[in-house]
Amino acid sequence: MNMIQAVNSAMDVMMARDENVVVMGEDVGYFGGVFRATAGLQKKYGKQRVFDTPITECGIIGVAVGMGAYGLRPVPEIQFADYIYPALDQLVSEAARLRYRSAGEFTAPITVRSPFGGGIFGGQTHSQSPESIFAHVSGLKTVIPSTPYDAKGLLIAAIEDNDPVLFFEPKRIYNGPFDGHWDGPSKNWSKHPGGEVPTGYYRIPLGKANTVREGGDVTILCYGTMVHVCQNVVKETGVDAEIIDLRSIVPVDIAAIEESVTKTGRCMIVHEATRTMGFGAELSALVQERCFYHLEAPVTRVTGFDTPYPHSLEWAYFPGPVRIGEALKNIMKD
Amino acid sequence: MASEPRANLKPLSLHVPEPKFRPGDEVDFSDIAVPAADAAKRPDVGAHPDSFHELAYGLVRVLDQDDRAVGQWNPRLDPDMLRRMLRNMAMTRAFDERMFRAQRQGKTSFYMKSTGEEAVAVGAAMALASDDMCFPSYRQQGILITRNYPMIEMMNQIYSNKGDKLQGKQLPIMYSSREDGFFSISGNLATQYPQAVGWAMASAAKGDTRIAATWCGEGSTAEGDFHSACTFASVYRAPVILNVVNNQWAISSFSGFAGAEATTFAARAIGYGIAGLRVDGNDALAVYAATLWAAERARTNQGPTLIEHFTYRAEGHSTSDDPTGYRSAQEYSNWPLGDPVTRLKDHLIALGEWDETRQEEMDRECADEVRKTQKEAEKNGILGHGLHQPLDTLFEGVYEEMPWHLREQQQQMMAEEEASGRPWARK
Repeated sequence: MNMIQAVNSAMDVMMARDENVVVMGEDVGYFGGVFRATAGLQKKYGKQRVFDTPITECGIIGVAVGMGAYGLRPVPEIQFADYIYPALDQLVSEAARLRYRSAGEFTAPITVRSPFGGGIFGGQTHSQSPESIFAHVSGLKTVIPSTPYDAKGLLIAAIEDNDPVLFFEPKRIYNGPFDGHWDGPSKNWSKHPGGEVPTGYYRIPLGKANTVREGGDVTILCYGTMVHVCQNVVKETGVDAEIIDLRSIVPVDIAAIEESVTKTGRCMIVHEATRTMGFGAELSALVQERCFYHLEAPVTRVTGFDTPYPHSLEWAYFPGPVRIGEALKNIMKD
Repeated sequence: MASEPRANLKPLSLHVPEPKFRPGDEVDFSDIAVPAADAAKRPDVGAHPDSFHELAYGLVRVLDQDDRAVGQWNPRLDPDMLRRMLRNMAMTRAFDERMFRAQRQGKTSFYMKSTGEEAVAVGAAMALASDDMCFPSYRQQGILITRNYPMIEMMNQIYSNKGDKLQGKQLPIMYSSREDGFFSISGNLATQYPQAVGWAMASAAKGDTRIAATWCGEGSTAEGDFHSACTFASVYRAPVILNVVNNQWAISSFSGFAGAEATTFAARAIGYGIAGLRVDGNDALAVYAATLWAAERARTNQGPTLIEHFTYRAEGHSTSDDPTGYRSAQEYSNWPLGDPVTRLKDHLIALGEWDETRQEEMDRECADEVRKTQKEAEKNGILGHGLHQPLDTLFEGVYEEMPWHLREQQQQMMAEEEASGRPWARK
């Protein structure tokens, strides 16, 4: 299964299990979504449960919050994460705070799915990684899978979760893992263990990281597409790195981070999002606060640059093997 | 390209709206068209919205100049019902008076009165079914009073005291009562609009019979959420009533800054193809009749109705606002649609079902009940006099289960309190 099929399968499983799960968003109904993630769901579950919406992100999320307050479990899709900003107020001021401000009387058990990240020549409006904006907001959870297997298990857990969850799907790896070499051959999920996806129900708990490679020299903290790029860089550089796929950044698996950095003594953080105030800054602070006396080198961040996402210079912007590889060599010098 | 304007063309100019009257000005409302109370037709609830566009520009009224209920919209309520309506409005006014004073006495941080707009909330709440879901703005306390929500709960919330079931987490007057069909109020404007539509859509999709209603001020119709909600409501024919309370003022910005110079707010409905009514918001019977009609439309899957309630905000926006700084003091006394409580009272008197003595008696009873309840509420504490909630509740309810980072911060705060020796550290 590729990641789109896995995401589709998660919604299918959950819609079959719980009649309160509804799927909504631009083009998600008859057509099945621009990435086909909702394909077939309307036919199977009907238009009352899978429906197209007007192009208004604040409307989609606002309506989902109201449906959640009624007792449904909406799974709204924002077609590209770059377009989530018109819905920011509904997410930040409404969904995130509804439980708190009503002391539990009303909740917004919504799962906002949205493809995000770069590497597809999407330019500045189809490439951004806005996860840290939401990670900053109390009351929201933010989940980012890196394989089809994780995508399905995490999405099921997100839909079952009673808190509002942002589920960002790294669209660069929808169809296959990506080693970071943009001119290299493309691969598909059939040759990757993460592409083996059971058809039925299973869940991966939110807030639990996955150690995708054990190592002794340095801890790499990453998520989404970067998990695969980092795995490849480690192979190419031969550094004995421990790679931790965070899977959810709120809540983040602090125990896994602490344990690994304490063991390796070095920490490198990799994400596609812009650097300043990115989630790497939070990770870096956490590692410094908790593992300082075990560190043998400064914590390093490898990220996108603090510019809008460029179209033609995309591959200079993308934190690929060269940038990550250099940083990895540098951190090993200390 | 020349940066100078072309000499042969007239220069453009920007229109910035200005209210007709400022402090000190003589007020003249003669340009506000007040049609006869029996002028508006009442379409069949199944009529297509296109067939009664004029209702979005006129004014649905029931009570005439002689205090009689007239015309097609007359809901023909029996005297008991009228007296209940009057009492709910009088109680809302008494509650507002008392809580306003409580804020001035330093017992809470903030209060918002609904004076002059009581009919909007009370009239609507009496026309809705008790289990219909309301997504109010912050000036519809009359809904809770009409639904017999315990006043002490409202006061506990205003005082953020130990009886406050919202654990002191919300600004005063931002009530929430799921049981009473009253959605948690947000301070962010018009966010409740798409939420109400979503709730109504969910109700329809599940084959429920309950409908939703929501309220926003005329100023908030400028928000994107308002237009998103109208689009969704129109597209899915959601069983929802969209109320716009046009009380003329959004803090110090007059309705012209939301587009009132160009058209009515009810006319917003026309572009969305939904039913639009403009109603005399100071006429409790008109509000009741319009709401009942809209509710019937919603319940029979005829879709949403947008109702503009044309009214006047008699008091400041909130206790933090001083309206004498931006509008003429004469505005309220000269308001051509009068006062909603007085008009309903005069109607009952004209029917021979009420008199001034009973009115005074009722006002006194309301004031007494509010005062008595206030005393009870204050036994639970007032804002600022100690911390009324156990400290660790501060961290509860951010998520269903507390994640590690909140647990750590909670422990840190509790340790600080232990070290300080203050009495409220422990639950």
